Amino acid sequence: MAVQDEQKVSFQIEGRSYQGIREESLLGALRRYGYEVPSLCYHEAVSPYGACRLCLVEVQKGKRRKLTTSCNYPVLEGIEVFLDTEKVVSTRKMVLQLLLAQAPEARSVRELAEEYGVTDTPFKKDEGNACISCGLCARVCKEIVGADAIGFAGRGLGKRMVSPYDETNQACIGCAACVVVCPTDCIGLKEENGIRSIERWHRDLPMKNCKVCERPFAPTFQLNHFADQIGVEKSHFDTCPNCR
Amino acid sequence: MTTPIKTAVELSACREKLQAERDPQRKVISICAGTGCRASGAIKLGDALRGALTEKGLDQQVQIRPTGCQGFCECGPLVVMHPDQTLYQKVKAEDATEIVEQGLGEGQVIDRLLYQDAEGKSYRKESEVPFYRHQKHLLLANNSKIDPTLIDDYLAVGGYGALAQVLAEMQPEQVCATIKAAGLRGRGGGGFPAGVKWETCRAAPSADGVRYIICNADEGDPGAFMDSALMEGNPHSVIEGMIIGAFAIAHPGQPIGYVYIRNEYPLAVERLRIAIDQARERGLLGKNILGSGMDFDIQINKGGGAFVCGESTALMASIEGFVGEPRAKHIHTVEAGLYDKPTNLNNVETWANVPLIINRGVEWYTDIGTGDVSDNPWGGSKGTKIFALVGKVNNTGLVEVPMGTSLRQIIYDIGGGINGGKKFKAVQTGGPSGGCLPESLLDLKVDFDQLTEAGSMMGSGGMIVMDESTCMVDVARYFIKFLAEESCGKCVTCREGLRQLSAIIDRICAGKGQEGDIELLEELSTVVMDGSLCALGQTAPNPLLSTLRYFREEYEEHIRDKKCRAAVCQGLITYSIVAENCNGCMICAKKCPEKAITGIKKEVHVLEQAKCIRCGICLDVCKFDAVLVE
Ligand SMILES: Cc1cc2nc3c(=O)[nH]c(=O)nc-3n(C[C@H](O)[C@H](O)[C@H](O)COP(=O)(O)O)c2cc1C
Ligand code: SF4
Ligand code: SF4
Ligand code: SF4
Ligand code: SF4
Ligand code: FES
Ligand code: FES
Repeated sequence: MAVQDEQKVSFQIEGRSYQGIREESLLGALRRYGYEVPSLCYHEAVSPYGACRLCLVEVQKGKRRKLTTSCNYPVLEGIEVFLDTEKVVSTRKMVLQLLLAQAPEARSVRELAEEYGVTDTPFKKDEGNACISCGLCARVCKEIVGADAIGFAGRGLGKRMVSPYDETNQACIGCAACVVVCPTDCIGLKEENGIRSIERWHRDLPMKNCKVCERPFAPTFQLNHFADQIGVEKSHFDTCPNCR
Repeated sequence: MTTPIKTAVELSACREKLQAERDPQRKVISICAGTGCRASGAIKLGDALRGALTEKGLDQQVQIRPTGCQGFCECGPLVVMHPDQTLYQKVKAEDATEIVEQGLGEGQVIDRLLYQDAEGKSYRKESEVPFYRHQKHLLLANNSKIDPTLIDDYLAVGGYGALAQVLAEMQPEQVCATIKAAGLRGRGGGGFPAGVKWETCRAAPSADGVRYIICNADEGDPGAFMDSALMEGNPHSVIEGMIIGAFAIAHPGQPIGYVYIRNEYPLAVERLRIAIDQARERGLLGKNILGSGMDFDIQINKGGGAFVCGESTALMASIEGFVGEPRAKHIHTVEAGLYDKPTNLNNVETWANVPLIINRGVEWYTDIGTGDVSDNPWGGSKGTKIFALVGKVNNTGLVEVPMGTSLRQIIYDIGGGINGGKKFKAVQTGGPSGGCLPESLLDLKVDFDQLTEAGSMMGSGGMIVMDESTCMVDVARYFIKFLAEESCGKCVTCREGLRQLSAIIDRICAGKGQEGDIELLEELSTVVMDGSLCALGQTAPNPLLSTLRYFREEYEEHIRDKKCRAAVCQGLITYSIVAENCNGCMICAKKCPEKAITGIKKEVHVLEQAKCIRCGICLDVCKFDAVLVE
């Protein structure tokens, strides 16, 4: 899609001028221009949420300069963006310490922390947990898959990512997009005896065997759902992508 | 009479007619029927008074008027006899006959029902009672004069006159400018100048002219009831403010009104609903209001009750049917708020100030309060503020005072000082994310800027007084825990940050604090404030930081000396028996749930520390001061 001129705005990153698209995600723009900014809850295919607080930058808008997350900051005419300032770095380090305490099991968190020189946390650890409540799984499920099968329950200390009432939800088609997008690999997928199980969402779905190679390749439920969605015969998905 | 009022002239005529019909000398018994007085029996009392009047054949001559909260809920149910204005307090249904038989005659007073101060001095009139004498009732002034379920009562005291004046004589821009010049600042928390907000919202582009005018009646602060008292006692003042706002902000476009009110306020919801219906019947809401060409109506939206839903963007998400979570406000809600339209949100009390400013003028209004707003709406705090004064003061209740009244005046002159002869320790202002101020700041003049400077805030007007029996570390623990639970849980800094702040304070209170904990608390607080998305996270460390600023030694004692001077933190106190005082009555031994106390009758008892769970029961039951806690 061609960007119309009136949607273009000029702004500065670390003193250099850039052209961006009005109100696009600042983090997206930063990455396009090759700047490195850490993130765990952002994916360019879905709407930004602002949960992990890692993509911090400082933005000067008019007279005001403030610390803000860049994923949900809109690119606006005349803003000046500063990346790894002292304030950004010190705040980010403590955010990493908080994440290490919340999800000591999450490898991606540990690795990212190490990159920033954070190897341990002064805070009480929630042993055994890896979910960082970033909400990516639910956004992908809703915005990309269109199933809207999972979501947050509770708030504050009790906030958890679950299927509704923490029970099986027929809306889940077992596509595993959530599993793939989860930054901390904490959803878990098992495929055994022709059944795909996503234990965390209490979903077990029989898989279809490929007509050609005879290997199970995707839940029948999901394939039927896709067939309905794009309006083709259910037999359209009788063969797996490899054999098609 | 429910004929619609079509013009400003008709409104004046209607008011004059109502006033002419009303005899100022008519005897009226007004009974407070606010939430507090209802809880202490106001409804039964009302029935009893009606019954007693009927029995005496006086029900035609004497009117009973149920009103909204009068502020002095602690002494409820309250009864005011008009026109003498004699105030009776803690009135019971059983007192009804006596009031009717001996309280209605010229100069008759029932002494035993009058308010008495701590020294035993009685006061007859409401305006003489110290609790009221030092207040300035502007917003609450009409609460005792009107039955909130009758629009005629509001019209008779001049209600909707400000609206008529605005519609007949002013341009929308002029109204915005007036509110700006009056220096009215938002009463819901932030203290943002209302006139500036209105102007910005008016100027924001809206293709179809739709602009949302919302009243924030979520009032999520525990213990707060300023807004509910206004809605229960004088709902039309809020509605009138909103209609004036709609005109100023959106005319000639399309203003659409909402009141977002918590579901836990059934009485306020009902009163508001009745008021909106009556305003509609009279043509004060709906099409072509008072012939101005403006259409405006108000819908009630009941909130789910989460504290965070009071935050502007969460509130708007909630009205749209989404989870009440704040979103980033880099594009302001005045430009793109509810359904992405320009949206103006103000608090209940902010709206209620609007008719007052129009009626009495900018000069009168700016005479009340602090600072100078003549060329900068941020330059001061004008008008009055309503506070919910609670805690360890003698007179708790709703208090309306001019901005700039000192904490001392509020706590001592109005609140009657600390109860039980204890010593003042701190006052917490601003709701859960407010701060605690010490005795040395008692002369601080309460306004937006001074409170913020002192490390607290105005918030929506909560004021909790604490005495020496309060542990300040425990206070911080309570509020941080509350906020951790009420955070929407989106931001790591807020959700996890508050979880960890809470864990560290818990540890300190349990006697397991370590060197370095205070510094860690401070460092983490900065991250929570700087790194969080909405004002909940951005202000949440206030209770902690303010207690660290003014009561740091208590933290140090907890950590280093393992001592809680207020003897509150269970991990840091011991109970023991004072041999000289113990006469062996055995009550403590009997009541102790852990059988930690042993002894024979008439002999000194012994408390076994290893078994004691520090429940404090022995201290409560001992009549001889023989249990010591330290
Ligand atoms: C966590 C949180 C809770 C809030 N709760 C309320 C509330 O219950 N009532 C209210 O009027 N404002 C509340 N506010 C403030 C609103 O966001 C907003 O600033 C206010 O309604 C604007 O109106 P005002 O300018 O008239 O004060 C809250 C803010 C936060 C961050
Ligand atoms: S597997 Fe289920 S929950 Fe996960 S993205 Fe697919 S539909 Fe949504
Ligand atoms: S399961 Fe994974 S993607 Fe979903 S909220 Fe937790 S960490 Fe994020
Ligand atoms: S600061 Fe707290 S309450 Fe506000 S959006 Fe973030 S997590 Fe939610
Ligand atoms: S504090 Fe409770 S447990 Fe301890 S001795 Fe007294 S009554 Fe028993
Ligand atoms: S990527 Fe911006 S907050 Fe997570
Ligand atoms: S409810 Fe009666 S005085 Fe408050």
